[in-house]
Amino acid sequence: MESIYDLLKKRGYSRRDFLKLAAGLTAALSLSPEMIPKVAHALETKPKPVVIWLEFQDCAGCSESFIRSTNILPTEVLLDIIDLEYHETLMAPAGEFAEASKEEAMKKYKGQYILVVEGAIPTGNAGYCTIAGRTALDQLKEAAEGAAAIMAVGSCASWNGIPGADPNPTGAISVQQALPNKTVINVPGCPPIGDVIVAVIAEYLVLGKIPKLDEMGRPVAYYGQTIHDRCYRRPFYNSGQFAESFDDEGAKNGYCLYKMGCKGPVTRNACSTIRWNGGLSFPIQSGHPCFGCAEPDFWDRGHIYTPLSVVSTGIGAKEIGTAVAVGAAAGAAVKWITNIGKKGGA
Amino acid sequence: MSKRVVVDPITRIEGHLRIEADVKNGKIDKAYSSGTMVRGIEIILKGRDPREAWAFAQRICGVCTTVHAFASIRAVEDALDITVPLNASLIRKLMIGTIFAHDHVVHFYHLHALDWVNPVSALKADPKKTAELAKKVSPYSKSSPAYFREVQKKIKQQVERGQLGIFNKGYWNHPDYKLPPEANLIAVAHYLDALVWQTKVVQIHTIFGGKNPHPNFAVGGVPSPINMDSDTAINSDRLARVETLIDEAIDFVDNVYLPDLVAIGSFYKDWFRKGEGLGNFVALGEPEFDSHKDGKWFIPPTFIHNRDVKNFEDIDYNQIKEYVTHSWYDYSVGDDKPLHPFNGETKLHYTGPEPPYDYLDVNGKYSWLKSPRYKDMPAEVGPLARTLALYARDMYGTREIVDKYLKDLGLPFEAMFSTMGRTLARGIETHLYVHKMKKWYNQLISNIKKGNTNTFNDEKWDPSTWPSNDIKGFGLMEAPRGALSHWVHIEDHKIKNYQAVVPTTWNASPRDAKGQPSAYEASLVGHDLWNPHEPLEILRTIHSFDPCLACAVHLYDEENDEKIEVKVL
Repeated sequence: MESIYDLLKKRGYSRRDFLKLAAGLTAALSLSPEMIPKVAHALETKPKPVVIWLEFQDCAGCSESFIRSTNILPTEVLLDIIDLEYHETLMAPAGEFAEASKEEAMKKYKGQYILVVEGAIPTGNAGYCTIAGRTALDQLKEAAEGAAAIMAVGSCASWNGIPGADPNPTGAISVQQALPNKTVINVPGCPPIGDVIVAVIAEYLVLGKIPKLDEMGRPVAYYGQTIHDRCYRRPFYNSGQFAESFDDEGAKNGYCLYKMGCKGPVTRNACSTIRWNGGLSFPIQSGHPCFGCAEPDFWDRGHIYTPLSVVSTGIGAKEIGTAVAVGAAAGAAVKWITNIGKKGGA
Repeated sequence: MSKRVVVDPITRIEGHLRIEADVKNGKIDKAYSSGTMVRGIEIILKGRDPREAWAFAQRICGVCTTVHAFASIRAVEDALDITVPLNASLIRKLMIGTIFAHDHVVHFYHLHALDWVNPVSALKADPKKTAELAKKVSPYSKSSPAYFREVQKKIKQQVERGQLGIFNKGYWNHPDYKLPPEANLIAVAHYLDALVWQTKVVQIHTIFGGKNPHPNFAVGGVPSPINMDSDTAINSDRLARVETLIDEAIDFVDNVYLPDLVAIGSFYKDWFRKGEGLGNFVALGEPEFDSHKDGKWFIPPTFIHNRDVKNFEDIDYNQIKEYVTHSWYDYSVGDDKPLHPFNGETKLHYTGPEPPYDYLDVNGKYSWLKSPRYKDMPAEVGPLARTLALYARDMYGTREIVDKYLKDLGLPFEAMFSTMGRTLARGIETHLYVHKMKKWYNQLISNIKKGNTNTFNDEKWDPSTWPSNDIKGFGLMEAPRGALSHWVHIEDHKIKNYQAVVPTTWNASPRDAKGQPSAYEASLVGHDLWNPHEPLEILRTIHSFDPCLACAVHLYDEENDEKIEVKVL
């Protein structure tokens, strides 16, 4: 099959244009510039990977984030980088032709396609989520069978997310829970950064293997550090300068939001490095404390506006804490992290 | 003999929608709309901190991201009687304008256009002729033969290698694709341009809310402070960026979206005569700023009965009620009686067929959507309802604008009550919102120049300042897809009950106790189907409503029976 480079050549791309794309892709993958030849080589030799994207108990926010990628534009993603054979929100056909599209792709590209899953999977009742009259679990298992790699995009697919928040009315589970014997790449966040979603897919294309994952199935490249580790407001934390309310003097001066409940110290994500929508900002930069949306059970693990120092792991999700900040983050942070895996963790 | 046609999944929408239709002699005789996924976010909200409700509610939908956050903070502010600073209201309005521009453009190009535009036919276009045609339609700067040739090459390549991706198995041989190749090529080119443009316009959300989708909010104001002397707050650099983005949005809407909409509409005039649906329209109202209490409206609450635009009515909020007669829930008062959202109840109870199934039991319960009704009547909400409300009230020059579009197309006013009329109304209101953004922006700048930089009211932030008895409030928001309302009870500083009555629930609900169909169900009746396996006709009309199913499915839980008292003014 033709490589991506062949395709671009036919469209009149010069070698120079092509190398520009390879360099852009290398940067988008946060790889060092020495990797450009390797990326170029992959684009010269590898066909476009087929992607089947399933949505279950979702809000389509991850799909929306996916089409907000800026390092590689969504037009390039859809036309040059991947072959998206099934995606309910974007695809032309409906009903039986849509399902036929998926079935044909699963057959034709068996063992080769990337399966992306958005949304949690309900187990409380077979009728809680059906597509084409079939349950979410049934659809997922079928598509997982012939997948070369499985990506859970977003916190719902990665951990069970908002449908799984207390009291989890529909018995929602994560992709990993639904597929206990498969390797699942978790790309959490509510939603994840669009550039991260695209980069994880593109990395599979370039390197031909799944990226290095942490013990919870997250790509280390994007989830290896906490938001606090790389936060530009970190110096204010270190010097004890805090905002205590929206729009107070500290907030206006860009001080640390720890006392307003920031969960940056216990949240692994790339928001403070890659940032959002073209690197323009991220929640903390726009004045709101991080509420930890990439972490398992974040909806139930301490309140958005309660400082980490007064959040205990045993707190009921629905108790109201009063925002009183005491002490340093470290102790609470460790407690928060060690409780991982209660419901949705890998 | 009638035949049952099933379309599941309905694609190019948000969420999981199934349409079943009885077809007699090639025509739809009856149609049934079903939402097939439930999460229970309102149950999850019970017992939570009302200041955090927006974050949960926001996750109801990631396509119309922000709308549930707005309705939520407004409901909580209503219950707690919080006044929002003017700057915060203006920033919120700029974010609302952004979601209208983004959502309507993405709907037109990425969710709806492929119902009218055939990308395979675009391969036959002459790029030079295409450029000439494009220049006749609008002054959009990109319209050169080279630009169209490049787009054509891209599409050709997908076709040649047999990897059509999202365009695979489209109904490209359907005889009702009527655009000439050049018009198809223009639309495909703009499909791709819009896909890139939409990554940028949302940066207004990123500046004020830190990210998109799902930017951040605050009960009592906005999270972002204004400080011209700080490199991290809203400063002159950020505001200049916002202004540029507004100008780009105006340019794209006026020079790409609207000209394309009219050009496409002119080839499908027959679709200005079908797909009407109910003829009843509800706009619950968009407050001038955030509170409905002062009776000042950007979009006034309006009910139009049976197409009678002249005799429109104001809205009585006591008249909103929901049925579960054909929904997978139980009511303690019996399934044939409706409940007001302040008195709602929930019990999930799936009684549909065991999956895998072929057909739903449409005589019984068949959807996760409830059936909202106004004055016990089904009604359509959305861009058409709002445009008709503004037409009826003669606001913002809407009469002149609508009349001019119709005159140019050679159509009577009645043409608005149709599939294409709905799609046209969406474009008309996008124009209104993007131009209003400029006005809101200038007002914000003028406040800042006067030294007013306040963006947050902290008086009631501390829950100890709240009463502990049961207080309630509701928040209104005219969302891109229509009238949205959130209803909250707060007791002992926690959410006692939370309910959302959502645009797609109004439009896509199942039948009620009287057997009255919803807008979706009514609008499909009479449609001819060329081939039931390629139900393009169904997609055209259903997409004209811009379905959002994750929004539409929700549930209520309220044990107490109490007297309904809704006072707006």
